[in-house]
Amino acid sequence: MELLKAQNIEKKFVNHLALDDVNVSIPENSIYGLLGPNGAGKTTLIRIINRITAPDKGEILLKGRPLQPEDVNIIGYLPEERGLYKKMKVGEQALYLARLKGLSKRDALKRLKYWFGKFEMEAWWDKKVEELSKGMAQKVQFVTTILHEPELLIFDEPFSGFDPINANMLKQEIIDLKKKGATIIFSTHNMASVEELCDHITLINQSRNILEGHIDDIRKKYKSNIYEISFNGEVEKLEKSLNQYYEIIDKTKVDGHSAVRIKLLHQTNENELLSLIIPAVEIISFKELIPSMNDIFIKVVNEYKN
Amino acid sequence: MNKIKLIISREYLTRVKKKSFIVMTILGPVLFAAMMIVPAWLASMKDTDVKNIAVIDNSGIFINKIADTDYIKFEYLENKKLEELKANFSELDYYAVLQILPSITHEPSAVRLYSKKQPSFSVKSHIANAMEKELKNKKLRSHGIDEEVLKSIKSDVSIRTIQWTDDGEEKESSTEIAMVVGYASGFLIYFFIFMFGAQVMRGVIEEKTSRIVEIIISSARPFQLMMGKIVGIALVGLTQFLLWILLTFIIITGVKTVFFPESGTQNAQEIVVQDLLEQQNIPQVETIEPQNMDKFTSMLNSAKSMNFGLIFGSFIFFFLGGYLLYGSLFAAIGSAVDNETDTQQFMLPITIPLILGIFVMMNVVQNPESSVAFWFSIIPFTSPIVMMVRIPFGVPYWELALSMGLLVLTFIGSTWFAGKIYRTGILMYGKKVNYKELWKWLRYKS
Repeated sequence: MELLKAQNIEKKFVNHLALDDVNVSIPENSIYGLLGPNGAGKTTLIRIINRITAPDKGEILLKGRPLQPEDVNIIGYLPEERGLYKKMKVGEQALYLARLKGLSKRDALKRLKYWFGKFEMEAWWDKKVEELSKGMAQKVQFVTTILHEPELLIFDEPFSGFDPINANMLKQEIIDLKKKGATIIFSTHNMASVEELCDHITLINQSRNILEGHIDDIRKKYKSNIYEISFNGEVEKLEKSLNQYYEIIDKTKVDGHSAVRIKLLHQTNENELLSLIIPAVEIISFKELIPSMNDIFIKVVNEYKN
Repeated sequence: MNKIKLIISREYLTRVKKKSFIVMTILGPVLFAAMMIVPAWLASMKDTDVKNIAVIDNSGIFINKIADTDYIKFEYLENKKLEELKANFSELDYYAVLQILPSITHEPSAVRLYSKKQPSFSVKSHIANAMEKELKNKKLRSHGIDEEVLKSIKSDVSIRTIQWTDDGEEKESSTEIAMVVGYASGFLIYFFIFMFGAQVMRGVIEEKTSRIVEIIISSARPFQLMMGKIVGIALVGLTQFLLWILLTFIIITGVKTVFFPESGTQNAQEIVVQDLLEQQNIPQVETIEPQNMDKFTSMLNSAKSMNFGLIFGSFIFFFLGGYLLYGSLFAAIGSAVDNETDTQQFMLPITIPLILGIFVMMNVVQNPESSVAFWFSIIPFTSPIVMMVRIPFGVPYWELALSMGLLVLTFIGSTWFAGKIYRTGILMYGKKVNYKELWKWLRYKS
């Protein structure tokens, strides 16, 4: 069951088409990666979901019905360009932003106390934002984003500007939020964190989404039937044992043993390959090379260009 | 609706709590009060040292003719020589020595005032006035005109103006007070539109450059944010204005009861009116000396007969109407630029009607019934300033209603227009915006 569905979204600006017939469906309680090169239209799509701008065509469905103005209260949005009122005190500001999302003053104060305690930020309460470091302000902003316990969270490059310790803490929080039932849209260029966190992804390129699905399915779809085998023995012996259905891509020597990468061409499988080479060499490891999201990203975007 | 209230209260509270607001609120009335009290205080300050001036009148005309005042005493020395006095001047208790030469009748400069220190202006002018008067009288007498005739020639005309109201009543009115009230309210509105309009613009630019705007409009609609800001700042303006009035009266009343207890019957309001009149240099009204008191009280009466309820009510209306009209345009400009220096090109269309309003106002004060006065007080962009100048002189109700109605319609229109530019502008960064671009934004789908 999907929480949010974008259907045939089109958005035109003066000189270009920002989104062209984009379809996205975000399953409930998933972490959904929104990928794509710079300027592909990700931020525009996020803004449409947030009701900051309206699409020219198409519609956004939340739990199967059109998105309503008051639905913004169940969305939490952390934009890529962070910002707070510089002259306002941290506590006052967090309270204001929470109340704008529909929380009562009492609830907001209670929750702020909890989160400020958890992130060790109590001492900042009466400081002005301009007195905080960039990382500190980011933390404040993260807290204000999740404070109203939104069902849908949208993080645009959430890890930028955080040191590794804080980035890790944030990652943990995101995983916890998912456990608590939230659905998370996660826009980033950091493919490692996509592999680590996301269940589903969509890839937007030149205003269209050209790839969508579960991350495992996508990686399977793009796997290239290449296997890496490390072994003790002579490479020539191994080469001789293979027939025309196999192609050796490269050969290397690592730590006193050899390694080859072999591509399975057709009408064959891993078991057959193993049965051919077991008599020839002493196998140390055998594994399928599944392409990284980084490789898939580059491959798909480049293919689309041609 | 709840969100716009939150936005209004944030805009209001953050500004009211600012140090600059508190300083301005306290300093403003102190300055106003000082402007009114200091001249009065200076006027009441007199040199309390008694100055003795020795007179050697070689002409013989002025003996005992220069009148003593409380602090300037003249001593006529008949048989002294100037040299003698000069030699002993430090021992003698004289402030100065006045020597009048015999040639004074045909040579005006035949008078000398000797002293150690530079004699004060009041001493000098007192002597010159007395001597001029004496010489004039002497010359007139020599032509056979006697003093009684002279006195009867002096005449002083003061016109009392009375308005006939429609129901036949007579109301004593004062052109001078109407002018002062008109001027003051026109200028105040002009000043407030600029001051608080610019605050709206700066607020929008601040939100845009700090990037908070994207967070806010993911919680509230852009129009709510814009209106919340405009209304919040309007309330700041009203608060400041009312505090100024209140504090000014408190200060003036306080100072008056402490320093001028003898004029206890006058209340603070009268002092303000009196001081205002003095400062405007209205010719007929000089300081409150007994002979002017009649005129002054009649003026006060006519001030009281003015419809202050109407004036105050329309002031608040035109103040708010004008501010809302321009405030939304200021917000639109703020949204279209990335920093304050880029606002210049868009400021011009806002500044021109306002400055035009001020120029027309100067003209309207002289001639509140002219067709220029009529049209500029109907056209919404200048009406807040120009109509306020006309109201103290009396404006037909239908004109007032027309002007107010048009103002309301225009500010609804300008808010709609500004809202369209605003919601696109706040998300545009790093783009040099021109009028063509703004026109495109107006046609975007919301």
